[in-house]
Amino acid sequence: MNGAEAILEVLAREGVKHIFGVPGGANMPMYDALYDRPELEHVLARHEQGAIHAAEGYAISSGRTSVVFATSGPGALNLVTGLADALMDSVPLVAITGQVARSAVGTDAFQEADVTGVTMPITKHNYLVQDVNDIPRIVREAFVIASTGRPGPVLIDVPKDVQFDEFTGSFDVEPRLPGYNPTVKGHPRQIQRALEALAAAKRPVMMLGGGAHHAAEPLRKFAEATGIPVITTLKGLGVLPADHPQVLGMPGMHGTVAANRALQHADLILALGLRFDDRITGNIEKFAPNVKTVIHVDIDPAEIGKVVRTDVPIVGDARWVAERLLAGAKPLELDDWWAQLRAWQEAHPLPMPERERLTSQEVVRAFWEATGGEAYVTTGVGQHQMFAAQFWKPKFPRSFITSGGLGTMGYGLPAAVGVQVAHPDALVLDFDGDGSFQMTMQELATLVRYDLPVKVILLNNGYLGMVRQWQDLFNDKRYAEVHLEESNPDFAKLAEAFGVRGFTAERREDLKEVAEATLAHEGPVLAEFRVYNEEGVFPMIPAGGSAEDMIIEPPGEVQS
Amino acid sequence: MRHVVSVLVEDHPRVLTRITSLFARRGFNIESLAVGKTHVPGLSRISIVVLGDDRTIEQVEKQLNKLIEVIKVTDHVEPHVERELALVKVRTEGVEERLQIKEIVEAFRARPVDVGRTSSIYEVTGDPGKIEGFIAGLEPYGVLEVMRTGAVAMSRGEAVLKPRVKKEAV
Repeated sequence: MNGAEAILEVLAREGVKHIFGVPGGANMPMYDALYDRPELEHVLARHEQGAIHAAEGYAISSGRTSVVFATSGPGALNLVTGLADALMDSVPLVAITGQVARSAVGTDAFQEADVTGVTMPITKHNYLVQDVNDIPRIVREAFVIASTGRPGPVLIDVPKDVQFDEFTGSFDVEPRLPGYNPTVKGHPRQIQRALEALAAAKRPVMMLGGGAHHAAEPLRKFAEATGIPVITTLKGLGVLPADHPQVLGMPGMHGTVAANRALQHADLILALGLRFDDRITGNIEKFAPNVKTVIHVDIDPAEIGKVVRTDVPIVGDARWVAERLLAGAKPLELDDWWAQLRAWQEAHPLPMPERERLTSQEVVRAFWEATGGEAYVTTGVGQHQMFAAQFWKPKFPRSFITSGGLGTMGYGLPAAVGVQVAHPDALVLDFDGDGSFQMTMQELATLVRYDLPVKVILLNNGYLGMVRQWQDLFNDKRYAEVHLEESNPDFAKLAEAFGVRGFTAERREDLKEVAEATLAHEGPVLAEFRVYNEEGVFPMIPAGGSAEDMIIEPPGEVQS
Repeated sequence: MRHVVSVLVEDHPRVLTRITSLFARRGFNIESLAVGKTHVPGLSRISIVVLGDDRTIEQVEKQLNKLIEVIKVTDHVEPHVERELALVKVRTEGVEERLQIKEIVEAFRARPVDVGRTSSIYEVTGDPGKIEGFIAGLEPYGVLEVMRTGAVAMSRGEAVLKPRVKKEAV
């Protein structure tokens, strides 16, 4: 057995079912070994960035650690954006890259790059394998590190000669990680303090982030037992069903009025599995100005107190802590608070402006109505992402898969590939923008290759719309380099050229029919909706502002 | 505020790069950094002098702890000893100057490690204040070169920087 075969053996022992990747010169031994391993299903992407976003979609939607392969140099460097994305959004994945032979390392060899150096700040940890017999320990450690504590990406760089070396070691090895010991069990006294503070609060809110999906059940029960209002961050959408009566929606820059006002007036915040991103807090000096008690539950101690002053720090696993909170949950007297919250909700629902032309919001809503929310949704990044976050109401945990921290355009289509591989029988929708889609659209070929029936719903406004919105508001309408319309392809024809069913709709009266045809088609579909091109995402708290600065409705605009 | 932080790490390739890269990208200010092996095979120890307020130092500790190869971190706020070694090359031309320099060297308990015709190298050990005092004292005679190791630190008494005993299974 050689090193490459040993790698696959450990992957099989770790229970890996799928590998996303692209072969090349320096990882050919691993692909050669894969040829004899039908139980490890490989998904060939058309670009390594596509492979790693697919791996992210797979991991986020399933909770399982995913695996991505790439060759040395350009192959590995094409993973960089995905690694950074996975680190920001705490996605458990293991990337295994080929490297030039040990004797060639450092000589500027063909397709050589210092991949462990480049990826050091964007991985949870990385390895350069120097000895073939270290493979079982290193791969096992990589899975432990990626999947425990705060999850994240781990990269293993394997020189080609190590892949060829004869493996003479043992597979029966334990990880050796003396410096790694995540705290899972929250401190019982702090949990008690949290419950006491909660009992005394008049205007509490619970905030749930991307680290709370695996704790969805105890959290829902806790919310219902206490009656506490719930805010779900962009990454936390779906932890509780978005249409649950206690859910106020998303906070922050494009959050709901009710969620932002709730934070502005809250006297207690109970936050689980989130890190108070600047898109949530805005100006930190003015964030939650009336809060007396911040209870912050996170598996990563470095996040507690990093941004927001914390009164009750609880380092631990969200599910472990949620179960203890649930055990001590008592109904809270919140009638006045709820009356206020309901008034805000009723006065300021998410704006659905009436335009002559079809709007993105209408398209998202139409698909939500047509599916009842029974689908996994991925998105790119930009206006369409925010419209999806506002109007797609995720029904279940892990069902809204979006690039949060890094904000990676081009994430939606490849992420949908991974989600569909993880959930072959589920409906997977990619709400995408014309700008985002064109950054990774080659992965349409991957849909076709594996017959993945993903539905790409392209909200085409002919602009880099979020940039246009900022230019509109802050740059005196100086629309520099955001026009895409004149040079955009005919998306339906493009899809058809790939072998994907293509639809185009522009008129409101066609929306329902095209949505139904999209959902009814058995294979992959790209449905392009040509939408109102000057729409802005609202409400909006300008960067660095606070809830006081929230622009609630789109300012009066010329209708087109 | 100036803090001395001691870090026990696994002696792996690039572990120092991981630490300096972390400081660079998070904008932490390093005044000095010293690294060496310990008496335990496979473990190295680093002393870092960091400038920052309490919140920054808390982040320094927490972010260091997130590095997989970092085993233990301590911010020396408790009673501790701090030492630094410096080599100072100074011009020693006139007889009168040599005598004066000898007096300074004795006062600081430094010692000559290289004596030349026109210049000598002195070794001095102490806390950073003493090192600076020594260099300042020699300044009038012409300091030609200074090499400082950066501070190394250790807690007084029985407190020991050692791997934690694992309590929880991961």
